[in-house]
Amino acid sequence: MNSGKIAMGVFWASGLITLAILVIVIGHILLNGMGMISIEFLLDSPRALGREGGIFPTIIGTIALVVVALVIATPIGVGGAIYLAEYTHRGTITKIIRAGAECLAGIPSILFGLFGFAFFVIFLGFGWSILSGGLTVACMILPMILRTTEEALKAVPNSYREGSLSLGATKWQTTQNVVLKSAAAGIFTGIILGAGKVAGETAAIMLTAGTALRLPTSLFDSVRPMSFHLYILAMEGLSMERAYGTAAVLVITVLIINSTTTLIMRYYTRALRG
Amino acid sequence: MYRHYKERIVKSVLFISALAAIFVLGLITVVIFSEGLPLIAKVGLFDFILGAEWRPLAGIFGIAPMIVGGFYVICGAMLLGVPLGIACAIFLAEIAHKRIRAVIRPCIELLLGIPSVVYGFFGLVILVPIIREHFGGPGFSVLAGSIILAIMLLPTVIAVSEDAIRSVQRTYKEASLALGATHWQTIRNVILPVARSGIMAGVILGFGRAISETMAVIMVLGNAPIFPQSILDPARALTANIALEMAYATGDHLQALFATGIILFVVILLSISLINMVQKRDMA
Repeated sequence: MNSGKIAMGVFWASGLITLAILVIVIGHILLNGMGMISIEFLLDSPRALGREGGIFPTIIGTIALVVVALVIATPIGVGGAIYLAEYTHRGTITKIIRAGAECLAGIPSILFGLFGFAFFVIFLGFGWSILSGGLTVACMILPMILRTTEEALKAVPNSYREGSLSLGATKWQTTQNVVLKSAAAGIFTGIILGAGKVAGETAAIMLTAGTALRLPTSLFDSVRPMSFHLYILAMEGLSMERAYGTAAVLVITVLIINSTTTLIMRYYTRALRG
Repeated sequence: MYRHYKERIVKSVLFISALAAIFVLGLITVVIFSEGLPLIAKVGLFDFILGAEWRPLAGIFGIAPMIVGGFYVICGAMLLGVPLGIACAIFLAEIAHKRIRAVIRPCIELLLGIPSVVYGFFGLVILVPIIREHFGGPGFSVLAGSIILAIMLLPTVIAVSEDAIRSVQRTYKEASLALGATHWQTIRNVILPVARSGIMAGVILGFGRAISETMAVIMVLGNAPIFPQSILDPARALTANIALEMAYATGDHLQALFATGIILFVVILLSISLINMVQKRDMA
């Protein structure tokens, strides 16, 4: 057999191994976890530290953190991207900002956690709370929203802008009514991906949002999101079935997020083609 | 006039938003360094990095075991994950039928999106028992960490490398094939050398993902702050060191965790600048 045939065999095998890994990881979690998922599991409060009952407060915890993070990171990220894409030409400042955002995107989540703990929890005195956790993860997803929005804005054809400007609209009116509308699907995709990242985040949140298992009533309450609940259930051996159930809910969340973004982009490219 | 003012205000607000990323990066740097540097100054940089013992309650702070342990885990992960990832990228870009690619590519995106704590959980319930029963030792081991990290860096390496291979101009490939080279010779001698820097970027990104990982390694490594003697021994990563002890650390101990963060931060910055260098050299 010649080296070409061997190489082709190796490539085929690598593709299949990758597919097999995916099927095993996802399949194992879903097969063992789906049986656990029920209305009671999703809407019940945990009892005995999570050994019994459901995961309702942790779902609320995850949603609360996602909402706070998006409310903070979306306007800043989108605004920054508008500045980079619409209001400035390639210059030193934009280069520095892009390099900074790239750096920020590469920082490990545990370092965001350290920072959030020292700055939001202790220095600003927010304590272990939804607010501290949400602000910390907002910093994490900021570069992501910035980059996806900037790319979406760049994809808008220049003729749209010129058409609007030539009708007498100001720069901001053009941006608001023409450019942002055309780029909406791309921006929305970035925001959903940011939400997905927050929903799965654990390390940064465990240092900033605390571990409370009750339902939060204010932004200053501590919460435990699903991801951290899964960690505690599994590491302390409290309940493996409930850990599988929580893991399955997390995987399904990612599945929903991925298919939503795919659908949006497919619809969007079709609309662009006319 | 009103319109003019409004435009200027909008522009300044947008400019401030654009600066936010830089501001946050600066703030993180300042906070982590100001909390961690006093301890490094007290212990001494060399004693901190090369110190063989981590006994925070006795005031002994040496992170060498975690640097070495983490190094083994990441080397193992790269050895397992990088060749497989690059081969899979070649498969997807050059060999696989459109339909097969349409199945595998979304799967890879899915693997990218799965939370690290779920990977850790998978490692805990599947890998650790398998290693304990078939290879011996506690199961919580360098080997388990390497396998889980390899699975986690796989999608990054594949996605970036595949894009790099796809962006090689068709004409290069056609010229090579027209000269009588086989598909494999074309891949080896034309496509891979042209796509090299893109593939390198994918590998470095994968490395970044592996060294940044916290939850998955905590759940499968066993977390003993000792030098692992074999791949079946437990180890502790730098990230895990921070996450595990933050809950109860105070005083010097707390500062030592921030100091651990500084070391991690510097390594990450170096790998990011390495990516930029690789890409710049490619453009030149």
